[in-house]
Amino acid sequence: MSTINDVRRGRDVTAYFRFGRRVGARRGEDEKPLPWGKQIVLQLILIFISFTVLFPILWIFSISVDPRGLFRPEGLNLIPPGATLAAYQKVLAQPTSNPISFIELMLNSLKIALGSSAVAVGLGVTAAYAFSRLKFRGREALMIGILGVLMLPSVATIIPLYVFLNQFRIEFGDLTFNLRASLVGVSLAVVSSQLPFAIWNLKGYLDTIPRDLEEAASVDGATQNQIFTRVVLPLATPAIAVTGFLGFLGGWTEYLTCFMFIGGTVSDWTLSIALNSMVGQYARNTPWSEFAAFAILFALPVSLVFFFFQRFLVGGLAVGGVKG
Amino acid sequence: MATTTAVLSAPRKRRQWRRTLQPYLYLLPALAVMAIITFYPLGYQVWMSFHEFSVKNIRVNNPEPAPFIGLENYVRIATSQLQIPNFEFVRLVLFNLWWALSNVVVHVILGVLIAVLLNTKGLLFRGFYRALFILPVVIPSIIVATVWRNMFTPDGGAVNYALQTVGSWFGLPATLPAFNLDWLRQPDDPIPFIPLPLAYFAMITANTWLGWPLNAVVATGALQSIPGDLYEAAEMDGASWWQKFRNITIVYLRPAMLPYAIYGFVITFNLFFLPFFMTAGEPFGRTEILVTQAYRLANDRQLYGVAAAFCVYLFFLLLIVTLITNKFAAATKSYAD
Repeated sequence: MSTINDVRRGRDVTAYFRFGRRVGARRGEDEKPLPWGKQIVLQLILIFISFTVLFPILWIFSISVDPRGLFRPEGLNLIPPGATLAAYQKVLAQPTSNPISFIELMLNSLKIALGSSAVAVGLGVTAAYAFSRLKFRGREALMIGILGVLMLPSVATIIPLYVFLNQFRIEFGDLTFNLRASLVGVSLAVVSSQLPFAIWNLKGYLDTIPRDLEEAASVDGATQNQIFTRVVLPLATPAIAVTGFLGFLGGWTEYLTCFMFIGGTVSDWTLSIALNSMVGQYARNTPWSEFAAFAILFALPVSLVFFFFQRFLVGGLAVGGVKG
Repeated sequence: MATTTAVLSAPRKRRQWRRTLQPYLYLLPALAVMAIITFYPLGYQVWMSFHEFSVKNIRVNNPEPAPFIGLENYVRIATSQLQIPNFEFVRLVLFNLWWALSNVVVHVILGVLIAVLLNTKGLLFRGFYRALFILPVVIPSIIVATVWRNMFTPDGGAVNYALQTVGSWFGLPATLPAFNLDWLRQPDDPIPFIPLPLAYFAMITANTWLGWPLNAVVATGALQSIPGDLYEAAEMDGASWWQKFRNITIVYLRPAMLPYAIYGFVITFNLFFLPFFMTAGEPFGRTEILVTQAYRLANDRQLYGVAAAFCVYLFFLLLIVTLITNKFAAATKSYAD
């Protein structure tokens, strides 16, 4: 458990994103240019690494614009002859053989992602405040309990949750509402794996905020609740946004619970279920261009946000933002 | 006299009460929810693991009560007597441990080397490379895994095409068997004496692509905390590049990288995405890891009781792994801080 603390404690994960500048060192003072020979060798190595990083991305882009609807692309070419966006049109209308459009799939993913991250962050922030600022009996034990759950893979709770949520049924005549087989049930299962992370990540951030402002507010006669709502919450906004986004990302790409809980109801399918049905053993009829276009449409919104706010998000990722 | 103290102490008492109760009020919403959807299910899982619990016990109309069978689920798993083809518990656990260890070693070495490379003074386009190298991290894992599955397809997969292209530079024909590998399903091990299927090498390739950038991020943070004077002093003493790397860089990187490596080990140990979406356990369940096997037991076979016992095993294995790695971290703590 101390491992996470160490990663969290002061290790400067954002140093990577301060392009080339060193703290306290002014450019030009100790940065003499490299000898040309060395520069060229290093650049060649870095170009090779860049190529390996870009290869899968370029590949998936190139087959997504392939006009031939191939099940077996012929060779590597970045922009195939007669490139079109037809595959994108096709997957936006109906990505799988099931009667559900991309927008409907996206809305289902969006409901799970927004619902679960809002609940996890909303519940997590008050608990994080208590763990970070208040003294109470059982604090250590509770924190170890939450950390223990954080280290558990989500598979470890999914089986009993399936059985547990399956007991909640409401019948209206012929119609049966089963909590387990609904988007609400899936969202609850997602919250179950995200809440410990939300508490931990927010607590880690609150720990780094100096207490001066709170002490000043306390001297001025503010109550605990006022300090929390008027001082701490505004200061914690960046951390709330980061935790919320990482939670959103988890819900947006959630597969395990979605497939196990609602796999049978096509109208409740999410993007992740559709994606997996387009590749693998059941996907013999899906042209690769459609799979690729779908993967790009699925990834692009979250990847763009992630890319532009990476320096704030990577720190959270290093303490368990991605739970397998 | 007595009345005044009573009057004074009543609000003070109330304030005292408030101070002790308030933390619990802040915790209540989160803990109540966790109690219902996390801690209760975990306890229920242990109960399930001692019962013959299958789909007939949760069906809509008159579910049967699950019969108590003691430790039978555990025994059946440990002795590999499940009605599943190719299930071998010991092999599964060993593969899972090796999978996590081998990945972390590769990620840490590559991450550190590339971070050192990018930290070279006077290097051009450093910011560009750093922005580019974070790309694998920003793509959702499910997409990474499905795309790599697609790339490793034997017919028309990108990896075989890339091999053929490189081969053609050396005048080798594209029809060579080595350029047309059935990466994810080939039953024979590629290297004799090493009992690992080809699919394992495909998986570790994909996971390396995914894993080294974050290690480079953590390593960079540590690298930038090394005082530059140290290198200057070493240079004056005539130290070689390797001596500087060994005696300064490694020593300073260790306190940051070791905890991250341990954390990476646990994450990789439980990494669901690659074995599930990329190889689906092929060939013959040999690239299955504990979490994917547990999911299959529940989702494909509806053996909820067995799956629950399996998760209890998983929990204890993780506990042992965490305790050992924490011991390991404590033993090397002298370097830290």
